[in-house]
Amino acid sequence: MEAIEKIKEIAAQAVPGAKLEIINSTPAAQQPALLVDREHIHVVAKFLKEDPRFQMDFCSCVTAVDYLPKADKPGFIEVVYHLYSVAQKQGPIVLKVRAPRDLDQCRVPSLTPLWRGCEFQEREAYDLYGVKFDGHPDLRRILMWDEFTDHPMRKDYVPPADYEWEPTPHDDTLQRAAQEQGIMPPTAREELEKAKKK
Amino acid sequence: MAVDEGLKSELQKQGIFVLPFEQLYNWGRKSSIWPLQFGLACCAIEMIASAASRYDLARFGAEVFRATPRQADLMIVAGTVTKKMAPQVVRLYNQMPEPKYCIAMGACAISGGPFKDGYNVLKGIDRYIPVDVHIPGCPPRPEALIHAIMTLQRKIANQHLEKGQRPRWYDKDADSEYPIPTYGEHDLQPPANREVWQPPRDYRDVTLEEVKKA
Amino acid sequence: MIQPLTEEKRYTLTPGSGGLIETQTLEVSIGPQHPSTHGVFRMDCVLDGETVVALKPVMGYLHRNHEQLAERMAWLGSMPYTDRLDYFNSMTNNWAYALAVEKLAGIKVPDHAEYVRVIMAELTRLLNHTCVIGFMLQDLGAWGTPLLYAFREREKILDLFEAVSGSRMMCNYMRFGGVRVDMTDQDLAVAKDITSRYPRFLDEFEKLLTNNEVLLGRTQRIGILPKELAINGSISGPMARASGVEYDVRKADRYGVYGRFDFRVPVGDVGDVYDRYYVRVLEMRESIKILQQALRDIPQGPHIAPEVKLRNFKIPPGDGYGRIEGPKGELGFYLVSDEGGKQPYRYHVRPPSFINLTTLEDMCLGQKVADVVIILGSIDIVLGEVDR
Repeated sequence: MEAIEKIKEIAAQAVPGAKLEIINSTPAAQQPALLVDREHIHVVAKFLKEDPRFQMDFCSCVTAVDYLPKADKPGFIEVVYHLYSVAQKQGPIVLKVRAPRDLDQCRVPSLTPLWRGCEFQEREAYDLYGVKFDGHPDLRRILMWDEFTDHPMRKDYVPPADYEWEPTPHDDTLQRAAQEQGIMPPTAREELEKAKKK
Repeated sequence: MAVDEGLKSELQKQGIFVLPFEQLYNWGRKSSIWPLQFGLACCAIEMIASAASRYDLARFGAEVFRATPRQADLMIVAGTVTKKMAPQVVRLYNQMPEPKYCIAMGACAISGGPFKDGYNVLKGIDRYIPVDVHIPGCPPRPEALIHAIMTLQRKIANQHLEKGQRPRWYDKDADSEYPIPTYGEHDLQPPANREVWQPPRDYRDVTLEEVKKA
Repeated sequence: MIQPLTEEKRYTLTPGSGGLIETQTLEVSIGPQHPSTHGVFRMDCVLDGETVVALKPVMGYLHRNHEQLAERMAWLGSMPYTDRLDYFNSMTNNWAYALAVEKLAGIKVPDHAEYVRVIMAELTRLLNHTCVIGFMLQDLGAWGTPLLYAFREREKILDLFEAVSGSRMMCNYMRFGGVRVDMTDQDLAVAKDITSRYPRFLDEFEKLLTNNEVLLGRTQRIGILPKELAINGSISGPMARASGVEYDVRKADRYGVYGRFDFRVPVGDVGDVYDRYYVRVLEMRESIKILQQALRDIPQGPHIAPEVKLRNFKIPPGDGYGRIEGPKGELGFYLVSDEGGKQPYRYHVRPPSFINLTTLEDMCLGQKVADVVIILGSIDIVLGEVDR
């Protein structure tokens, strides 16, 4: 398996106009990724699949990651593809592609026409993150029900308030302490203050 | 109506058994509870293991697990009930004919379990249907499920047929079907069935008067 | 929702009736509660008589947002949740997660711990394949007998798991850098005993099943998955190997100490349901070989790498993907760590069952509706993994 720099060179030669960038991982992991721009991801992936040096015919994992906007950088949603080769038993090539976070602009070309295995995983990324895949044969929700409107795995999702407080074994102790030692629970203290003021 | 113990033992020696009708009736019903084959998640595997050869559940009357709710007496909700699945669970419970019982097996069916913080997890099946026995555990051992069946049998044995003490299923006026929640935009509508389940009281709502009285 | 067929396609004229009888396609929803689905899984089928014309799987009935929960907890805190992913085999799920974290953080695992992990994983593989065959035959209509035989063997292995890790099913046994508790000599003796008795059980099982006329008649040439579609559809595990794809992560990545064992990888040629059944039987025999070698060669040593901190465990920022050959296929974890390093920023499970369902429709088209259930059984799905 060639080094990531060599892969980037070969891909840049084969697909003119593609903007490629190497993103490194932790020093121990040795799994650097190739960031490709949205317009060329399909062509680069097709090249990696068909070129006889690589023959990446097995798309193992498709993930979406949500990066919130920080002080100077805008936020983005990143879709990560892990490609393996069954024919040559080669290790992973990691492709990344980014899209803006706003729901109407969050579109990425789909790689399902190249690898059928991406179908369900891209649907899941759409369901949970709101990333729309252009060219996907059947883009609809897969894990949540169809009438659901939010995209739950985003970092700024607020879940519905249906978690009602339930007693724990300590609550009896706390109640008894409140009664025996005269330690008033907060709401009762407020009422006493109000009663005093009157 | 209780029978005199002396008379009972005298008659027993002669081979005549005297007992209230409801005891005989309950004995018949509790000894042949047929569960509905309804496993949701991990607890379902322990349910199957308890029906397998080692912890044979058929000894206790659960001879066959029926596939259709129309022929089952007991619904063992084994596993996490998600909001997507909740309408189906309530619908199945409605389809079961009376008398019907429900066991919530595992922490997830009681209150959401380890997944309580989930946007898709229903925090306990007793929000929509009445539950007779709860089994804690994650997953509960097959022996715990057998203990729950025995507890249910004891509960059935204590049911009365006289007017005023009738269980729900014997009462013509009681409704045996529960409303089915629908999928809303963010959550199920309604999030809980208030007639079946009330949230427990928060200790912080203990008022000043109660503190002073104690 | 399935796209409704147009009016012209819905009605066909039965040949032989002289153009007088009209038939109509039928939309049937199999599940989510059905005696033969392996969990809460729904299939919307369109049937023409008994033949399947279209089929769409519907899942999400067990979506417990495992991935979101992991983002709120420390790295070790999601180890018990990985047990509940593929709730049949908890040891291999734990190992996959521990492997992914060790890859990111660069932790080296001592040899003794690696051997213990291999023993646990191969026992889990035996458990899983036995029970899958039991469930598949239950779907075929062998009302309980193979399933009860399978569960009898499963109970023996679960006893060993309980002695070693404290719990029958949700073991929570692997830690980053090794295992939680060491296996005692008694546990190793029990493992040797199980391994020595298993071939006889397999012979008994095979005598009942492998050349059984009913099994052959109902599973051969059913649900054929061609090799190119298997690779293109990211199918992994015994399902892919039955279609002729010679790919096993244990041989390709050589993770752990699998490079030291001598075992073969069985590969089928037709890719039908019978091949998937037989590949699993052969894999069980190979697992027994690995177990015998591991139990013979296990070295002494620490059961966990001593330099790994259990509290305040941090990982430098970066992302990584670690995978193992689970009993159902390639189970992988994609983890992203940010600057804080104490919790995962993104935690994703690559579930084999979910992805193996991609080609369910292709395999079922043209088959009878009774065969759909058997094909689903041979894919070997577990809903905890499909929905996470």
